[in-house]
Amino acid sequence: MKIHEIAQIIKAEICTRNHDPNIEIYSACSADLMSDVMAFSKSNALLLTGLINPQVIRTAEMMDIKVVVFVRGKKPLDSMISMAEEKGIALLATDYPLFVASGKLYQNGIRGRGE
Amino acid sequence: MGTVVRDYMIPANDFTVAGEASSRVRKILTQLGVSPDIVKRTSIAMYEAEINAVIHGNGGNAHVEIDENKIYIRISDEGPGIPDLELAMQEGYSTAPDSIREMGFGAGMGLSNIKKNADILDIQTEVNKGTTVNITVFFNRP
Ligand SMILES: Nc1ncnc2c1ncn2[C@@H]1O[C@H](COP(=O)(O)OP(=O)(O)OP(=O)(O)O)[C@@H](O)[C@H]1O
Ligand SMILES: [Mg+2]
Repeated sequence: MKIHEIAQIIKAEICTRNHDPNIEIYSACSADLMSDVMAFSKSNALLLTGLINPQVIRTAEMMDIKVVVFVRGKKPLDSMISMAEEKGIALLATDYPLFVASGKLYQNGIRGRGE
Repeated sequence: MGTVVRDYMIPANDFTVAGEASSRVRKILTQLGVSPDIVKRTSIAMYEAEINAVIHGNGGNAHVEIDENKIYIRISDEGPGIPDLELAMQEGYSTAPDSIREMGFGAGMGLSNIKKNADILDIQTEVNKGTTVNITVFFNRP
């Protein structure tokens, strides 16, 4: 699934500009704890999270996560957006809570690794 | 290829730059054409150790040596040290305060995650002196 399709399904705003619009996302993980994201070795290109700080973007970089969705109406600061743009990571923001955003993507075919 | 040597400062309690050293090393490895799987394992191990130095060790420094077979990373701090290393290595053990948990860390997974991703892990620690974490990752697993 492409980034713009993901944005459509969860009614998300795409906050970054220079990411690759053609990356295909097949799997995702949802977590508020970066420790958990780091410890989960399976690779997922999409992270949904309620946590919003620069470490989320760093963690995404280390884990080869290409797209981060901030849930429950949280909007990234400009400094986070430029940091993500520099690393080629796309940032999305949706008003849906974590469970609902994850469920909508699951319903549309995105899966979690290790099910 | 000769040996690439880098040194980085790890500032204490500065969350805006925490992870910067790991990010730089990740770029170097990628540029050198190291396989993505190895880059990821190295990144995870180094980042966890770097974050630990920031959160628990009052900051410190990172020394990195890369040759054609391996990367060696030494993260050292002059923080409080780890009184019981065996206990600290257990998943779920953490002394991180709530302020750190709110930032998404402090689940007590870091040290075991370093162990999982490093080929060689050697930790030297002394109470009130500091902690040195030595990580080696081979580019072709021996
Ligand atoms: N550099 C260090 N200096 C002093 N104590 C440390 C250091 N690194 C780890 N520790 C101690 O070991 C414990 C376990 O470390 P570990 O990295 O596994 O978990 P954490 O940092 O608490 O949480 P997480 O890594 O999941 O975010 C820490 O809570 C801390 O008490
Ligand atoms: Mg840790």
